[in-house]
Amino acid sequence: MNDTHGDGPGGPPAPDSRWYDAEAGPLVRPYAMTGGRTRPGPGGERFDLIALVVADDDPPNPDEEAVLGPEHRDLLALCRAETRSVAELSADADLPVGVVRVLLGDLLESGFLRVSRPVPPAQLPDARILREVIDGLRAL
Amino acid sequence: MAYEPSDRTGADDGADALALKILVAGGFGVGKTTLVGSVSEIRPLRTEETLSRAGELVDDTGGVDRKTTTTVAMDFGRITIRAGLSLYLFGTPGQDRFWFLWDELSQGALGAVVLADTRRLEDCFPAVDYFEHRKIPFVVAVNCFEGARSYREQEVSRALDLDQGTPVVLCDARDRDSGKEVLVRVVEYAGRMHTARHLDTVG
Ligand SMILES: Nc1nc2c(ncn2[C@@H]2O[C@H](COP(=O)(O)OP(=O)(O)OP(=O)(O)O)[C@@H](O)[C@H]2O)c(=O)[nH]1
Ligand SMILES: [Mg+2]
Repeated sequence: MNDTHGDGPGGPPAPDSRWYDAEAGPLVRPYAMTGGRTRPGPGGERFDLIALVVADDDPPNPDEEAVLGPEHRDLLALCRAETRSVAELSADADLPVGVVRVLLGDLLESGFLRVSRPVPPAQLPDARILREVIDGLRAL
Repeated sequence: MAYEPSDRTGADDGADALALKILVAGGFGVGKTTLVGSVSEIRPLRTEETLSRAGELVDDTGGVDRKTTTTVAMDFGRITIRAGLSLYLFGTPGQDRFWFLWDELSQGALGAVVLADTRRLEDCFPAVDYFEHRKIPFVVAVNCFEGARSYREQEVSRALDLDQGTPVVLCDARDRDSGKEVLVRVVEYAGRMHTARHLDTVG
């Protein structure tokens, strides 16, 4: 289709267009719990929403854990209970995604967690896996 | 490096687990939340964007500590196929002004559902455009509201000027089986698209 329907999401915004407005939700200061940081992860890498987070089976010693903040510990506990995606951690811990990304970056850096990258789309999708997904969906 | 590739072999600790992502898009009030909720355990997901990130296109507002964020809620659901294989659904915010969220959401997505209401088909044009331009496999799911005249798939396909092969499926977003079928069609279509592209690169 062509573009006569106007700019869709992702279309170039008009130079003067504001990217948010009053209905977009409250504008809030960055969360104190991230120390004002908004760049997640080592090197500022943004964890994908479906990147899977696993507790490291060889974590740093308990002294290091004792100095973690409550949100860090919440996340760590969730990861230890079950492998979860970044999105799930956010929903489960009831923290916004951006905050979770920053906290996970800390935990990753200090060796409490490991994060697996989602399979890049070019490697997706193995026909066998897709068959499994289709059968699984039908069996739900 | 602390990052582990997901195809890493060895320990059964979830690092080799696979997560797939399907987006649910469409106009305002078309049934996105209903669809995600009928096929999965739905939870709201709060995400916030910093002014600086989206604001790259406008003026730089200066120092880090002056940056503000805005909170956007989206639908999020998980379907566990088996241990180590999950499908994640993201209902994209319907409002166009959140276009910047789509870019992140669509990265690495297996495919997408564009929900349409035949009484206001034009509402899904932006989503159709978006996925077509980015070559993300999508199906158009026509949510059959009562009182709406029923259309055949080909009529919808023609009205939306869809690329040949883009599936159109009639559904009831409130119905679990119907919602499941929509997802099945996405996965099937994504598989076909992928195979075709793969053959293109190889041949
Ligand atoms: N009759 C009928 N009603 C539906 C159907 N699907 C959704 N609805 C109703 O339509 C309304 C909007 O549905 P939602 O699922 O909230 O739509 P949405 O796309 O998430 O809306 P926004 O997030 O506000 O853009 C709700 O009242 C639903 O109960 C359907 O298939 N048939
Ligand atoms: Mg909704």
